[in-house]
Amino acid sequence: MDFSYSEEQQMLKESVGRFVRQQYDFDTRNRIAASETGYSEENWKLFAELGWLTVPFGEEDGGFGGSAVDLMVMMEEFGKAMLLEPFLPSVVLAGRLLAALGDARRKAELLPALMAGNLQLACAWAESGSRYNLANVRLSARGEGGNVILSGVKVNVLNGPNADKLLVTARESGAVTGREGLSVFLVDRDAPGVDVRAYANMDACRAAKISFNEVTVPESARLGKPGGVYDALERVFDHATAAVCAQAVGALDSLLRKTVEYSKTRKQFGVHIGSFQALQHRMADMFIECQLARSITVMAAMQLDSEAPWQSRSAAVSAAKSRLGRAIRRVGQEAVQIHGGIGMTDELDVSHLFRQVTGLELLFGDADYHTARFARLQNAG
Amino acid sequence: MNADFSPEDAAFRDEVREFLQNEFPAAYRDKVDAGIRLSKDEIVHWQKILHEKGWAAPNWPVEHGGTGWSPTQKHIFAMEMGLTGAPEPVPFGMKMVAPVLMAYGSGEQQQRFLPDILQSNVWWCQGYSEPNSGSDLASLKTSAVRDGDHYIVNGAKTWNTYGQYADWIFCLVRTDTTVKKQEGISFLLIDMHSPGVSHKPIVLLDGHSEVNEIFFDEVRVPVENLIGEENKGWTYAKVLLTHERTNIALVPRSTRRLRALRRAAASLDDGQGGSMLENPVFSHRLAELEIELKALEYAELRTLASLSVGKSPGPESSILKIVGTELAQRIDEMFLELGAYHSLPYLPEQFDEGFQGTNLEPGGLAGQGLVYLNDRKLSIFGGSNEVQRNIICKAVLGL
Ligand SMILES: Cc1cc2nc3c(=O)[nH]c(=O)nc-3n(C[C@H](O)[C@H](O)[C@H](O)COP(=O)(O)OP(=O)(O)OC[C@H]3O[C@@H](n4cnc5c(N)ncnc54)[C@H](O)[C@@H]3O)c2cc1C
Ligand SMILES: Cc1cc2nc3c(=O)[nH]c(=O)nc-3n(C[C@H](O)[C@H](O)[C@H](O)COP(=O)(O)OP(=O)(O)OC[C@H]3O[C@@H](n4cnc5c(N)ncnc54)[C@H](O)[C@@H]3O)c2cc1C
Repeated sequence: MDFSYSEEQQMLKESVGRFVRQQYDFDTRNRIAASETGYSEENWKLFAELGWLTVPFGEEDGGFGGSAVDLMVMMEEFGKAMLLEPFLPSVVLAGRLLAALGDARRKAELLPALMAGNLQLACAWAESGSRYNLANVRLSARGEGGNVILSGVKVNVLNGPNADKLLVTARESGAVTGREGLSVFLVDRDAPGVDVRAYANMDACRAAKISFNEVTVPESARLGKPGGVYDALERVFDHATAAVCAQAVGALDSLLRKTVEYSKTRKQFGVHIGSFQALQHRMADMFIECQLARSITVMAAMQLDSEAPWQSRSAAVSAAKSRLGRAIRRVGQEAVQIHGGIGMTDELDVSHLFRQVTGLELLFGDADYHTARFARLQNAG
Repeated sequence: MNADFSPEDAAFRDEVREFLQNEFPAAYRDKVDAGIRLSKDEIVHWQKILHEKGWAAPNWPVEHGGTGWSPTQKHIFAMEMGLTGAPEPVPFGMKMVAPVLMAYGSGEQQQRFLPDILQSNVWWCQGYSEPNSGSDLASLKTSAVRDGDHYIVNGAKTWNTYGQYADWIFCLVRTDTTVKKQEGISFLLIDMHSPGVSHKPIVLLDGHSEVNEIFFDEVRVPVENLIGEENKGWTYAKVLLTHERTNIALVPRSTRRLRALRRAAASLDDGQGGSMLENPVFSHRLAELEIELKALEYAELRTLASLSVGKSPGPESSILKIVGTELAQRIDEMFLELGAYHSLPYLPEQFDEGFQGTNLEPGGLAGQGLVYLNDRKLSIFGGSNEVQRNIICKAVLGL
């Protein structure tokens, strides 16, 4: 048993940590959030130079061949500083899906550009009635004279407004919630019939509701086996979900640290509020939550890197996301409460962290969804 | 024991229901249903409709234009208003400063201020909290120094809800620094348009600025704006805090929101082929909240019953504040979960007056994420829930 970071992981942690500490303070982040694209192109280029954009890709694709633990190390640091750059949606999610499904020609065309910071991707999977079920897809793909016509609406397309290309899940056949019959298509964000309504999410990251109004793409835009991508999709999302857990662990740590610090400086009734046992015990509980959140996230990442059957790897990820959901509630709400009124203000980073973790709580499935998924996988095992 | 309404009370309920059905403007109802804030003008308009009917001030005595209703009737009225979604009057004038004026103000002060409050001609805000005096309110520092016929006020208040709309502010100010902190506080009414008063909005979690900082720089306030005696302000404020505790349990609002939650859950996919209401985990937790609401409602009715036999509500009202606000927050959490990805967009402007676009989310869910964020305030303001628990420990349990 060994829970220590490898030398490489230690270096990665230090390099990402140094960047967020030195170049990503709260004011800088606010400026970036208010900019037109909502992320910094300059930072993105820097990430590419530092090789961070290659981490999730296999060596055969020209990547660093990073493990789930490597990714965890990075995401935790990103979470601490509420990073806005679209590393998760463009690289971890859409990039990996492209790597998993694309043929050699397609990958050679796009992955190097992605890793060099010259291409932005987004994955369009969620729909109005799908909740967190990846198989629940109504957006239809029908063949017509050698082309495919896509019709339907996707919601919560992370990085949608900034993406050059979209990876869109579509139903070619089967029932609305069926795993069979799902395909993924690569669509230009500017293609005729693609209607993007851009907005910012609670975490200040950009997202879009995207309507596909009879969008015509060639057969070659299909990535992977026609109607047979579900398993690959689920695995990519499992990796992304573990990454989100790590991001939340970082953000929760920031919330805990800031709350404890504040309780040692804020005075009421002539004493520091941190001297009230009513608050002390709750901060002790926040600390416990952070520790459990971290432990179960490590467990999920290690399982993902193992040779265990996919079913148990998926169960590990769901266990982590479920537990994180509870930790986020507790730590997030307590952080605001213990700060009092000031914790509710836009002026303080605590409110931004609270919004960020609330977003992460729902992303890729809330605690109820993942508890149910965990139970299903356990029962089937 | 008897929890039934008398025939008269039942008839009264029907009358209120019918009135609200006919007179609460449909356009406002639609806005409330969609989670859009009513503007100041709209709230005033609605207040004036109530005033016309003689129902603007249910809690005031008849001689000042109140209704003379029994506690049960007040409860019925608040419940029906809440179920309709009709806004209560902004509390600062009607529920906070008016009772102080009635109890401790001079006849002149009552004549000067009460009619305009009753008719919603003048908006008030509450100036208690300061940056360094939150839970420890009595430590407040904003000073008022006597200078002939005036007080000269200097200092800063904060968290003033709707301070940006207010014509007047009632303040706790320090008039004596040499005595125990509670004994040097006075209750002063200040015209917000006086020279030297300025305000700065504070943006909160949900992107809106419903609260403000208010600054006083050498503000001259006529001594006739002092309520009661100098240095007795803390007593006046405290008496009020224990008396003016109507509807702190938020029962009408929570009833309305739980019904809406049930309706919304029935109409939304669970993603697996059923509705969210059919989802066993979701419906189980919804039921738990409905049960909690029942317990709360009866706790409130019991408090009400003791009021109607002349007892003043003791520190038990802390129970209503704690349970009521925490239940409201749990309902918000369920809405957040129900919305799933639809809860994530952060579009405060979508709920502003005059927003022209279409809402992003499906019916009823637009903005529930923002409500979840904003309602974190419920356990912080009005005496934080920690302070309320301290009150129970000290005043009820004798700890
Ligand atoms: C089944 C069992 C086995 C045990 N085995 C052993 C043993 O093998 N060896 C041994 O030496 N002892 C043993 N103990 C004793 C045990 O260590 C004591 O019960 C324990 O230290 C608590 O002391 P107390 O029972 O006197 O309760 P008290 O100390 O009187 O505490 C009463 C309550 O007050 C709380 N409290 C006390 N101080 C504070 C504080 N500062 N802040 C907040 N809350 C506080 C406590 O948590 C508790 O809820 C055992 C006890 C039990 C029940
Ligand atoms: C949205 C909003 C609207 C408001 N509107 C108004 C208004 O219109 N007018 C007005 O005057 N004020 C208003 N307030 C202020 C409100 O009353 C204060 O925020 C509240 O009293 C808490 O004070 P604080 O924010 O300074 O927190 P603090 O007093 O600094 O408290 C910080 C934390 O410490 C806890 N704490 C403090 N003392 C103790 C103790 N003895 N034991 C255990 N825990 C303790 C608190 O519960 C809290 O969790 C509003 C606040 C908000 C958020």
